[in-house]
Amino acid sequence: MPLELYLDLMSQPCRSVYIFAKKNNIPFDFKQTSLMMGDHHGEEFKKINMVKKVPAMRDGEFCLSESIAMMMYMVEKFKTPDHWYPADLQKRARVNEYLSWQHMETRTHGSKIFYINIMIPKIMGKDIPQDKRDDAIEDLNGTLKMMEEKFLGDKPFIAGDQISLADLVAIVEIYQPLAAGMDVFEGRPKLKAWKDRVRQAVGPELFDEAHKGVMGAMEMVKGMDGSKLEAIKPKIQKMYF
Amino acid sequence: MGLPDGQTLQLDTMTVELFLDLHSQPCRAVYLFAKKADIPFEYKKVDLTSGQQYGEEFGQISMVRKVPVLKDGDFILTESIAILMYLADKFSTADHWYPAEPQKRARVNEYLSWQHKAIRESGSKIFWFRAMVPLLTGAPVDQEKMDSVVEDLTSSLTIFEDKFLQKRPFITGQEISLADLVAIVELMQPVGTGFDVFEGRPLLSEWRDRVKKELGESLFDEAHHTLMNAHTLPQVLKDSGMLELLKSRWKKILN
Repeated sequence: MPLELYLDLMSQPCRSVYIFAKKNNIPFDFKQTSLMMGDHHGEEFKKINMVKKVPAMRDGEFCLSESIAMMMYMVEKFKTPDHWYPADLQKRARVNEYLSWQHMETRTHGSKIFYINIMIPKIMGKDIPQDKRDDAIEDLNGTLKMMEEKFLGDKPFIAGDQISLADLVAIVEIYQPLAAGMDVFEGRPKLKAWKDRVRQAVGPELFDEAHKGVMGAMEMVKGMDGSKLEAIKPKIQKMYF
Repeated sequence: MGLPDGQTLQLDTMTVELFLDLHSQPCRAVYLFAKKADIPFEYKKVDLTSGQQYGEEFGQISMVRKVPVLKDGDFILTESIAILMYLADKFSTADHWYPAEPQKRARVNEYLSWQHKAIRESGSKIFWFRAMVPLLTGAPVDQEKMDSVVEDLTSSLTIFEDKFLQKRPFITGQEISLADLVAIVELMQPVGTGFDVFEGRPLLSEWRDRVKKELGESLFDEAHHTLMNAHTLPQVLKDSGMLELLKSRWKKILN
């Protein structure tokens, strides 16, 4: 029985899992779990992941959440090429270092921009206060600076000469604010060059396919029925206003 | 040994340097692991209360200016989770810390990934709101903000008990792992301000007692001594001059 991957490609960690599995020819059943439709709150999905988040994985009786844990599991199970998660102690540490750091940096600050530019105007019918918006942009700028100076430096990829899980996790998160209309690559030639390398290494067709949904998010959300998103209004009010 | 002042003879290439301040949860996890697993290390204190992390010297070690940091010869590594995995591998520690069996290992990885934005974030916020904010702003933190973060922590604790522990003695099963270590140090952070996360939670309390026993009470208490003296922070920060710096930066630090 093949792996089941519960995914919504609007979600950054779902994209990294999807790209990794496809690139490595890992056989899996794509279980569409639509966040906008509330699939993740369903009874069936709760059995897969009681935390009610995507991505999630089922391998026979074994269920697993957290994209990073899932990819490390697939690396081991399917014996993917070494460069994805190098056996070399120090190279592997570089990958682990980025994967840990990014939760509260790239992921947090990138997600915020997506919310601010796309979700909030739809849900709340107004923009957040300018100073909060400026803070969010400043935070992301700080993250991207650290990306370029520390994690990339003068290396082609985070762990060195070849793409790894770190680059994959980084790129999908960086595409979230990009999809929200913030050109993260403008004035950042180093980051842009790295992005091009990553896209090439993954395969442009696969990369673009995985990002098609999110790149169309702005248009899609505009045309959406706002009432479907009423449930998150109080949370957004608390966090952003 | 007759060496000039300031010079040390490196007796073996296996000793690593660990830059730590035990106020910090991830530093405690690294410290506890290194001590418990008998990993040879040189303890390099980085005094966060005096702003040592912002100094020239520490900036040379790590431009991120956070602790913990590992230095192994020329190799420098940040992020406690990466450090813990590096140490487990390099020093071939007992399997149960980071099991080789893929599904057990996945459980550890799953917890270590989930916890950043769950227990770590809300536990840290409670520490800051209770120990630091009144000091920095002259007033207690807004009750609504406090209630909100306590609600977040409570949700996380429920997930911890219902998903990560269930009826198991430790997160992966019968034995302690890096996941339990990282969990306990984060859960202790609010306790340092008198906020007892274990109260009314027998399952969690029993797990805590098990983890403490496994690590050794004396080592556990030693690692948490600094934190449990957090009530002295106001005076310490005033004396060191850090109070003023923190006043202008605290919101950024929290994020």
